[in-house]
Amino acid sequence: MDRPDDSLWAQLEPLLARVQKPARYIGCEDGMGSPDHRPDKVAWLLAYPDTYEIGLPNQGLQILYEILNERPDAVAERTYAPWLDLDEQLRAAGLPLFSIDTHRPAGDFDILAFNLAAELVYTNVVNMIDLAGAPLHSADRTDDDMFVVVGGHCAFNPEPLADFIDVAVLGEGEEVVGEITAVLHRWKGAGGHDRQAVLRELASVPGVYVPALYDVTYAEPTPGFTQGPIAAVTPNRADVPATVHKRTVADLGDWPYPKRPLAPLTEVVHDRLSVEVFRGCTRGCRFCQAGMITRPVRERPADQVRTMVADGLRQTGYNEVSLTSLSTADFSDIEPSVLGVLEDQQAAAPTGPDGMSLGCGTTINLPSLRVDAFTVGLAGQVASGRRSGLTFAPEAGTWRLRTVINKLIVEEDLYGAVESAFSQGWTRLKLYFLIGLPTETDDDVLGIAELAKNCVKIGRRHTTRASVTVSVGGFVPKAHTPFQWFGQNTREELQRKVQLLRSATRRAGNVNVKWHDPAATTAEGVVSRGDRRLGAVIERVWRDGGTFQEWGEQFDLDRWTAALDAEGLSLDWFVFRHRRADEVLPWAHLSAGLHHDFLWDDWQAALAESGIEDCRWTPCYDCGVCTGYGIEHVVASPVPPAGGSQGTGQDLSNGAAVPLHLTFTPVDAPSRRATDMAGAT
Amino acid sequence: MRVRVRYSKLGKVRFISHRDGARLWERALRRVAVPVAFTEGFTPRPRLSFGLALPTGAESTAEYIDIELVEGTTIDGADADRCLLTELSAALPIGMDVQVIAPLESDAGTRRKSLQDEVTSTTWELWGPGVEGSDFEAIADRLLAADELPLERERKGRRHVDDVRPLIHDLRPDETGTRLVADIATVGRGVRPAELASLAFAGTARADIRVLRTQQWIEQDGERREVLSLPVTVNALARGLSA
Ligand code: SF4
Repeated sequence: MDRPDDSLWAQLEPLLARVQKPARYIGCEDGMGSPDHRPDKVAWLLAYPDTYEIGLPNQGLQILYEILNERPDAVAERTYAPWLDLDEQLRAAGLPLFSIDTHRPAGDFDILAFNLAAELVYTNVVNMIDLAGAPLHSADRTDDDMFVVVGGHCAFNPEPLADFIDVAVLGEGEEVVGEITAVLHRWKGAGGHDRQAVLRELASVPGVYVPALYDVTYAEPTPGFTQGPIAAVTPNRADVPATVHKRTVADLGDWPYPKRPLAPLTEVVHDRLSVEVFRGCTRGCRFCQAGMITRPVRERPADQVRTMVADGLRQTGYNEVSLTSLSTADFSDIEPSVLGVLEDQQAAAPTGPDGMSLGCGTTINLPSLRVDAFTVGLAGQVASGRRSGLTFAPEAGTWRLRTVINKLIVEEDLYGAVESAFSQGWTRLKLYFLIGLPTETDDDVLGIAELAKNCVKIGRRHTTRASVTVSVGGFVPKAHTPFQWFGQNTREELQRKVQLLRSATRRAGNVNVKWHDPAATTAEGVVSRGDRRLGAVIERVWRDGGTFQEWGEQFDLDRWTAALDAEGLSLDWFVFRHRRADEVLPWAHLSAGLHHDFLWDDWQAALAESGIEDCRWTPCYDCGVCTGYGIEHVVASPVPPAGGSQGTGQDLSNGAAVPLHLTFTPVDAPSRRATDMAGAT
Repeated sequence: MRVRVRYSKLGKVRFISHRDGARLWERALRRVAVPVAFTEGFTPRPRLSFGLALPTGAESTAEYIDIELVEGTTIDGADADRCLLTELSAALPIGMDVQVIAPLESDAGTRRKSLQDEVTSTTWELWGPGVEGSDFEAIADRLLAADELPLERERKGRRHVDDVRPLIHDLRPDETGTRLVADIATVGRGVRPAELASLAFAGTARADIRVLRTQQWIEQDGERREVLSLPVTVNALARGLSA
C-alpha cells in the first residue's frame, strides 16, 4: 500500500498549485492498481516521454502495467514527462521524477522503462533519466542505479540512444517483461551485485538488446562528407548473439489486455475505450514502419472483442469505444463485431433510448479503415448522430506514386467512397498525404490538389457546406522498411512542395491545406536512421533546453544543426543521403524478421512502380517473418473482407480494377499533439 | 424527476478542473446506470446542471449537481437512496464522495432557478503553509472594520477597481484558530476566495494558501439556509479526509 513515508506527495502538492494542468500529475484514474511494493519485488517505472494527455491512452504501456502488476515478483507504476513548468519547479526544489500512482521517487524503482513512439521525444528521454537521478550515461551506472530500458516501435533503431540506455526490447512486450523480471528478481535476491553480469544475462533473453555489449566501428569519411558509414557492429563477448530478434506474441487471444483500462480524470487525446482487434498488417505499404515490424497479422477472436468492449464500457463508464488496429476494416469479423457490440449495448440499457445509462448512445470509433463503399457504410452504422468529418489517407496524389508506395487506391474508388460519405450526411473530409516520397515529381504533388478539388466537387452535389482539408506530412524514411535506403527530401524541397500545393489550391474554395513543419521533419530524419554518433547530439540539444521537440513552440531546428556541427556531423549524411545496398545500416544487427533481400527487392520493385499483394489472403512471398520465427497469420477469414483489397489477385497493372484502401477517423478527434500541423490557409 | 446531490472534492482530486469534473460525473452516472434524461436535438447531452464552479486547486465539502432523471423514475425509500449514494461514491475517484441525495420537488409549470442563481453566499476556510501562525482574529477585524476594500481587477482587457467590502459578510477564525473562515457573497460579480486571500494575506503567494468551500447558502423567507445540509457524521469524516 501507499505508505506515506515513501510518497513525495506532501512535497509535490505545493508545486502542483503552481503549474498548468496539475491534474496531469495526480494519478487516481479508474483502473489504477494499488501497487504493492516489497523489497524483493522488481519495481518497474513505466514512462511515456511526452505529456500525460498523449501518454495515458498508450495501450502498450497500459498492457504492461497490468501484466507486471499481476506478477508476484513485480510491481509497476507510471510516469509521464513533466511539462516545462513542473520540471523547473522540481529542479528548484531538488525533487526527482516521480510515479503518478503513489508519487514515489523514480530512484525507488529498479527499472525506468520508456515507451518510444516517436523520435523527437528522445531529448525528453534523456531529461527524464536525468530528473530520475540516474547517471545519464549507461557506462557510468553502478549496482545501485536503475536499469534504463526502451521499447516500442522506435526501439527497432535504438542506436541514437545507445549511450543512455541499458537495454532495448524489440517487438511485443507481453512475454518478455516477465522474463526480464525473472532475471532481475534472481539477481536482486542474490544481493544485486555485478551489474555487468546481469546485463549479460539479460542479453541472453530473446528480444533483449544490450547496446554496451556491441562495439561499433566506423569507416573513413566518405568523400564529400565529414563522416563515413559503419564498418562493423560486433558483439564484444562470445556469449552475446550476433543478431537480436524481435518478440512476437503468437496468439492475441491469449492476451485480453488491458482488462482494467485506465480512465483518466482529465481530458486526454484519445478519451475513449480502446480495444485492439488485431495486431500486424501485411498490406505492404512501403513507407509504413508499423506494418513492416509487426508482421504477421494476428486477429483477436471476435467473441473476445465483444466481451472486452462490454466489460470495458461497464468498468469505465465511457460511451465511446475505438476498435483499434493498423487497418480495422480488414478485421475478418468487423461487421458482426460492430453489430454485436451495438446489440450488447442496447441490451445493457435498462431505460430506453432517452436515458444515459450504460449502452445508450454508445458510439464505435473505427480508426484506420480502408475507404470503400463497404467501410463508409460501416462508418454510417456506427456514427450515431454527428457526422461532421471523415478522414481518408490516400497518401499520394497519383496512381503512379501509389504503386511506388504500394498503397493501391484508384481514383474512381476514392471518388466512389467520397460520394458515399457526402450522400450519407458527412460534410467535411480530411485527406492525409505524404510529400517527399521516393520518385515524387511535381505532377504527383499537383495530383493532391486535383484530388482534393474533385472531392469538393462531389461534395457540392450533396451539400453547399462540403469542404476538404488536405493534411500533408513530410516523409521520413524508417528503419526496417523498403524505403530505409532512400535519401529524405531536404527541408527546402519539402517547403517548395508545400508552396506548390498551396498555390494550386489557393483559388479552390473549401480546400484547406495544412502541413507538418518541414524543419521538424528534418530533425525527425536525423534520429530515425541515426547511429550511436548521435548520442552526443541529442545530449547537446537537451542541454541547450531542447525538450518537448514534438511541440511546435519548443522546437527549433537550429539547436539540432548547431549540435551536429559541434560534433562534426551533418544533416546531409544522416538525413538526405541515399544509402547503398552494401552499407552496414545502424540497425543491421537488430531484426524484425524481414530478410534484407526481401526489403531490397521490394525497394527495387517500388522504383519499378510495381505493387505487391497482401500475403494474408494470397500465397506467402517469404518476407522472412513467419518462416523465420515459426509463427503464422491468425486470420479468421480465408478471403478478404467485403469491399475487396489489394490481395484479391487482381491485375495490379490495371489500376481501375483494384478497389481502394483508405483509412479514416473522425475529423473532430483531438489532434495528436498541438503541433501536428504547422499552419493552415 | 430531478435529484440534487451534495458531494465533496478533497485531496488529490482538488487539482482537476470544473470541466473535468463534469466528464467524471457523466462516466460515473453511466457506470452506476443512473437513468439520466437527455436533451433533445442532434447531439443529445445528459441533463446535468452543476453549481458554482470551484476553482482548480480548491477543495470542497459542499459541491452540488442537479440530475434530471428520465420520466417515470422514482427513488423511493431511504435504502435506495443510500445504495445510490455508496455506488456513486465508488464510481467517482477517491476524494469525491456523495454525501446527500435529495429529490427536488417538481414545481409544475414554473421554471426553477438554476442552482447557480439560487446560491447567494458561500463559506470558505483559508489556511496553508504561507499563513501559518497568522493572527486570524486581527486580520478579520481589520478587514471587517474597513469602510472600503478596493480590489483591482481586469475585465475585457481593462482595469477596474471594485469595492469588495460589501461582499464580505463575515470573517472569523475557526474553532482551532488555525484557519480563517469567510462568508462571502456570490451574487453579482462576487468575490473569489483567491481575491479574499490576497486582501487578507498580502504578500503571500496564492499557491501557498489552501482554500476549502464548506457551505453554499440560499435565501428562503429572509433566512439563509444551506442548499442541502449535511448529516453531522459525514461532515466529520469529510473534514478528516481533508486534513
Ligand atoms: S513470411 Fe510470408 S506470410 Fe508471413 S508475413 Fe512474410 S510474406 Fe506474409
